[in-house]
Amino acid sequence: MNFAAIFKRFLVVILAGLALTACATQKKSTGQMQGDVYTGSDTVEYLATGVKDRVFFATNKSTLTTASRDTLRKQAAWMRAKGKSLSFTIEGHADERGTREYNLALGERRANAVKDYLMTYGISGSRLSVISYGKERPVNSGSNPLAWSQNRRSVTVKAN
Amino acid sequence: MKKLILVIFYIFILNNSSFALVEVDITRGNLDPLPIAISPLYVEPGSQEIKQDDKVIKNIGEEISKVIEVNLRRSGLFNPLKKDSFVQNPDIAHVKPRFEDWRLIKAQALVTGKVSIMDEKLRTEFRLWYTVAAKEMVALAFSTTSSNWRRVAHIISDKIYQRLTGEEGYFDTRIIYVSETGEKTQRYKKLAIMDQDGANVKYLTLGNELVLTPRFSPTNQLVTYLSYFRNLPRVYLLDIETGVQEVVGDFPGMTFAPRFSPDGKKIIMSFAQDGNSDIYTMNMDTRVVERITDHTSIDTSPSYSPDGKYICFNSDRSGLQQIYVMRSDGSNVKRITFGKGLYGTPVWSPRGDLIAFTKVHKGKFYIGVMRADGSGERLLTENFYQEAPSWSPNGRVLIFYRETKTDSEGKGFSAKLWSIDLTGYNERLIETETDGSDPSWSSLLSK
Repeated sequence: MNFAAIFKRFLVVILAGLALTACATQKKSTGQMQGDVYTGSDTVEYLATGVKDRVFFATNKSTLTTASRDTLRKQAAWMRAKGKSLSFTIEGHADERGTREYNLALGERRANAVKDYLMTYGISGSRLSVISYGKERPVNSGSNPLAWSQNRRSVTVKAN
Repeated sequence: MKKLILVIFYIFILNNSSFALVEVDITRGNLDPLPIAISPLYVEPGSQEIKQDDKVIKNIGEEISKVIEVNLRRSGLFNPLKKDSFVQNPDIAHVKPRFEDWRLIKAQALVTGKVSIMDEKLRTEFRLWYTVAAKEMVALAFSTTSSNWRRVAHIISDKIYQRLTGEEGYFDTRIIYVSETGEKTQRYKKLAIMDQDGANVKYLTLGNELVLTPRFSPTNQLVTYLSYFRNLPRVYLLDIETGVQEVVGDFPGMTFAPRFSPDGKKIIMSFAQDGNSDIYTMNMDTRVVERITDHTSIDTSPSYSPDGKYICFNSDRSGLQQIYVMRSDGSNVKRITFGKGLYGTPVWSPRGDLIAFTKVHKGKFYIGVMRADGSGERLLTENFYQEAPSWSPNGRVLIFYRETKTDSEGKGFSAKLWSIDLTGYNERLIETETDGSDPSWSSLLSK
């Protein structure tokens, strides 16, 4: 391999990096965010194949987006298939750009939006508990719009 | 030429102030702090030694005067003069200061004192002198156990502050806060308590569970806070003297944002259920729980007015976070913030006239104050992230915490305690062993 080829490869990597950061700061990006709701899958884990464990929210909002509702319907279908013995905790989170106490309330509201939706798809409320962590447990430690969008989330975890 | 003007000015002040005693104006930013000489306290011969952390304190009189000096300097209102310019010995100065000598180094006030230690008892005498008029302004003596020597220094500082500003001091106080360590994504948080100047730090919890927002009761020995003990976020009550703690009430969901009522009998807090947070109180004597707000929005961060008749709180019932005031029974709710941006963490001044708050506007965080009707908003400090102001007991200083941005690698995060005067001047970092957040200022300990 000659030096020109290595240089070319580096350049591509650098350009790709630049493109990513540009996406993060732009309001309407097609890549990782829609508005300020995270649409990527970098931090997402899976409860089962094809069943994402989390949904994302807009700043100060607890409204479920179309994509979130799709994720939650898949969660509900999977929960139903798993049977009543399995219960879940829904963790509500906020980003670092709000006051601590308000964020605790906001996290609780987000987790309950998820719980309510799962219940309308047949999951008993007794299988679902909620907990808010406010801004205490960010998944991305960054201080930028992309990081904040990943942190405004509700995560469904198995409780037993 | 410059020198001449200074001299004339000085004489003018001299003539003037021989009629009125020296006064420090604390209502505006003090850009010309009062020059004060703090003579080391004279240690009487034959005094016992004081040990601290297995070390003998060499000269307790000097140590006490250093603590006083730091207190007064940090207040921003005083300029403690360098001790190497002092020409009079502490023992003689305490009996009869040579005022002309102290005036020569431009000291307008002079602090002298003496200490003796017998049988673990520290006896302290101090005097505050007005050098310009050659008068004694305050003379006091008190005894305490010798391990309490820092408190002696704080009490003397309060007396000086009170005599020279006309307002109660805030040095003999403590701060409770949350000590933070570890990665930003997995912070370990402990309750910590320290003296107002950062000394005598003690950790009250082990860090096994997340703890947030500790607040002092007006009686100082009780603290209410939020703990995630057993992953159930609930408001707790902790007696810091005995270490006994209990959960407040029996709520079937998260309780948070606690504060005491001004008489210390009630805890006011938010209770979140089914995505809706409302404000409740619990009387600690009768255990009676009362619901104060009933609204589908988030109602949180309640804080009583010092007379207990009103409550300010944070609500998003208008769509976004704003500050509201209501009667303490929940009636007569009025929104008081109409400025641009979001408002949170309202906290009523112990004087009753002002409410301190956090404002978020265009990606910046501000600590500000406004009158209880929302008028006269003044922003004291702007930063990337800061919140949660808490008042000094005399209502002149706010303590809060500030977080720094992380860089592109996720490094550089910190949380620190800061204080700022009501005037917007004298912003200061309060140094702590670890990172810190959620500070709450106690009442005066000796009252």
